[in-house]
Amino acid sequence: MSEVRAIVLHRSRRSLLAALLAAAICEAGAADAGRGEQLYEARCGGCHSIDTDRVGPRHAGLLGRKAGSIEGFDYSPALRAAGFTWDGERLGRWLADPEALVPGQRMNVSVGHIADRADLIAYLARAGRSSAGKR
Amino acid sequence: MPATLTPTRRGFLGASATTLSAAAVAMLAGAPQLARAYGGASADVNILNVALGLEHEAIGAYELGARSGLLTKPGLDVAVLFQSHHKAHRDALVATIEKMGGTAVKSRSLDDYAMALSAASLKTQADVLTLAARLELGATNAYLGVIPSFKEPALAKVAARLAADETMHWTALATTLGRSLPGNALTFGA
Repeated sequence: MSEVRAIVLHRSRRSLLAALLAAAICEAGAADAGRGEQLYEARCGGCHSIDTDRVGPRHAGLLGRKAGSIEGFDYSPALRAAGFTWDGERLGRWLADPEALVPGQRMNVSVGHIADRADLIAYLARAGRSSAGKR
Repeated sequence: MPATLTPTRRGFLGASATTLSAAAVAMLAGAPQLARAYGGASADVNILNVALGLEHEAIGAYELGARSGLLTKPGLDVAVLFQSHHKAHRDALVATIEKMGGTAVKSRSLDDYAMALSAASLKTQADVLTLAARLELGATNAYLGVIPSFKEPALAKVAARLAADETMHWTALATTLGRSLPGNALTFGA
């Protein structure tokens, strides 16, 4: 297989994976924010809170926020330089494999099941809206 | 055999790291290879520093609980014991990070932890223990979650041992709070 063909195939697979992930996450009716809250408490609550910065940054207003942009929080240089804005698709990829999305990041915790990721994102979207204006 | 501890409020607030070096030694004893450079060591140090941040926060949380005056025996005894475990974890992580040539993250101020953990909202002993249980469960899952990311297998074992301690803490706190234990197997780190 030529190198060019291998690269094209690799990129096609990545694009397909991203599209599948986005499609799954966009099934808003299927995502369960209530279950996502329970998952958040158990899986994310060791380091994160919605409204306060802890070991990890706060999640209020995460969707629509530029990555690595909370003033005063000690992000990895990699995340601070990531240059993208969090949306459902990016957050899904981050939760699936943070190192693949932002090499050099510090979170290193992934969420293996796509349904869990979708529920977490649904919760974060809801929590971000409900806590708006608190800070 | 585990060391016998006689927790007191004074001991809670003033415990030094002197008696905890044994834990660091024990943890590092199984990983002499950490003193040498290897590919991915920097990434492993980053993970350990996140873990250290968790331990700093847990020590702060139990300190806030003690100073709140809300804890009475046996809740205070449990908190004293668990804070001592977190101090041992802290010392072991600092020793490991430094042995690997990294720089260990520092603890934040108690006021910072009070704000981050919304300590002002704690009104009862149950509130304090509920917060502790939440943090212990989160730490359990965080440690389990980072195990696959370590480049050095000895550090994966360290994370597993830390997770075991946190799981024990959560179980004891859940029991003290009268909660049911998980009805299903494999609920941690899922």
